[in-house]
Amino acid sequence: MTTSTAAKYGIARRTVTMRVNGRDVTREVSTRTTLADFLRDELDLVSVHLGCEHGVCGCCNVLFDGHSVRSCLMLAVQGDGHTVETVESLSVDPTELHPIQESFAEEQGLQCGFCTPAMVLRTKEIIETGREMTDAEVRHEISGILCRCTGYQNIVNAVQSAGAKLRGEATADGAAGGRS
Amino acid sequence: MKPPPFTYCDPESVDEAVALKSEYGNDSLVLAGGQSLLPLLNMRLARPEALIDINKIGDLQKIERRVGILEVGAGVRQYELEDHPLVGELVPLLPEATGYIGHIENRHRGTVGGSLAHADSAAELPCTAVALDATVVVQGPSGTRTIAAQDFFQGWMTTALEPEEVLVAIRYPVTPWTAGHGFVEVARRVGDLALAGAAAVVNLDEDGRFTSVSVGVLGISDTTVRASAVESALIGEAPTEENIARAAKEIVPSVTSEDDLHATRAYRRHLASVVVSRAITAAVARARERSNGK
Repeated sequence: MTTSTAAKYGIARRTVTMRVNGRDVTREVSTRTTLADFLRDELDLVSVHLGCEHGVCGCCNVLFDGHSVRSCLMLAVQGDGHTVETVESLSVDPTELHPIQESFAEEQGLQCGFCTPAMVLRTKEIIETGREMTDAEVRHEISGILCRCTGYQNIVNAVQSAGAKLRGEATADGAAGGRS
Repeated sequence: MKPPPFTYCDPESVDEAVALKSEYGNDSLVLAGGQSLLPLLNMRLARPEALIDINKIGDLQKIERRVGILEVGAGVRQYELEDHPLVGELVPLLPEATGYIGHIENRHRGTVGGSLAHADSAAELPCTAVALDATVVVQGPSGTRTIAAQDFFQGWMTTALEPEEVLVAIRYPVTPWTAGHGFVEVARRVGDLALAGAAAVVNLDEDGRFTSVSVGVLGISDTTVRASAVESALIGEAPTEENIARAAKEIVPSVTSEDDLHATRAYRRHLASVVVSRAITAAVARARERSNGK
């Protein structure tokens, strides 16, 4: 290693600033810290669940510049200057759930809850495409997140119900349609 | 599971990335989308002295139309191949094949160059690069050079990239508007690595016979395979079910994968001819639609 490279890059810690859930945060991080560990350990955003830590389970998914990514497969330093959203951004008051979260509760779209933050964020991303989907399409769209409890059907119902609610298609019994 | 320590370098130009590669050589790894590299780091299967993160290099993130060519920067995210109108218009095989790469979360971050440089034999982008006769552009200390995709992929996760070189772009010849394309793969679950898959591009003459056939096959060997024997068996022939099925069997000798957890070699041999046949059939149907002006 030449001295110039050592001076420029031979630093094990960096100061990073990123916009997380609508607030700018600045922290010093080790360059080898993953984004997932940073969000959990430095910012206490413990909805970011670490299942496999090698990109298979999807439970650590966050929205990075609006796109869902595996936060265990990114470094915290790569977040510098970017935007991150976790499920904590959805409801400010823990007693008031976001319509997507309500739908997951109503449809029993969770049992143990480990994959739920990732599923809820992915639901938000799917609904924001503005496209109505069949159940089969929803299953395909959530296939990057593993759920070991529900068998997925209730999650699909929750995604469809949340989509209907947010598009303003309320139904008589409160549980919005979309099931086929 | 945490990555081992490394010197983190985040150059903002290709020249600087090449200088860093020249300095560290094989002790360094380029970090693009990280969808294959971060798992290797987290599991400590890779322990580079330096990690050269190319995500800040704007020059690598362009999709450009040149004369007869679609040039895609190495840092372009895979999902952009699915979404970018120019890609679908000029090289329609690409968005179709890209949809099979992992899950959407992987494609949001994974890059075109990363998949090519990683050179997994079951990966979609190396297979389409070979089927499309694409050219890989790499830059080293003495400038840039181009390598035909077929020569770029040399063996199991091995490419023609030298230790001091960085992959900068890939050039795809624009697919003629009358050509048809097809992409088929078989995997145990959505998003899994394929057991086998095939990409095909065909052209038919006025009588409906094959004037050109190009087929890439993934998952059957230590690298992506160009199905030359299948292609030459079809040139000048009519695209009947029998002809395609007979020609597709020519892929069987190229299946060299050992038995693994997911498939025996015998099953892969069967599967290889099935995916080749289906990809060509899909390509023929599209070529017919286009020549009928639909």
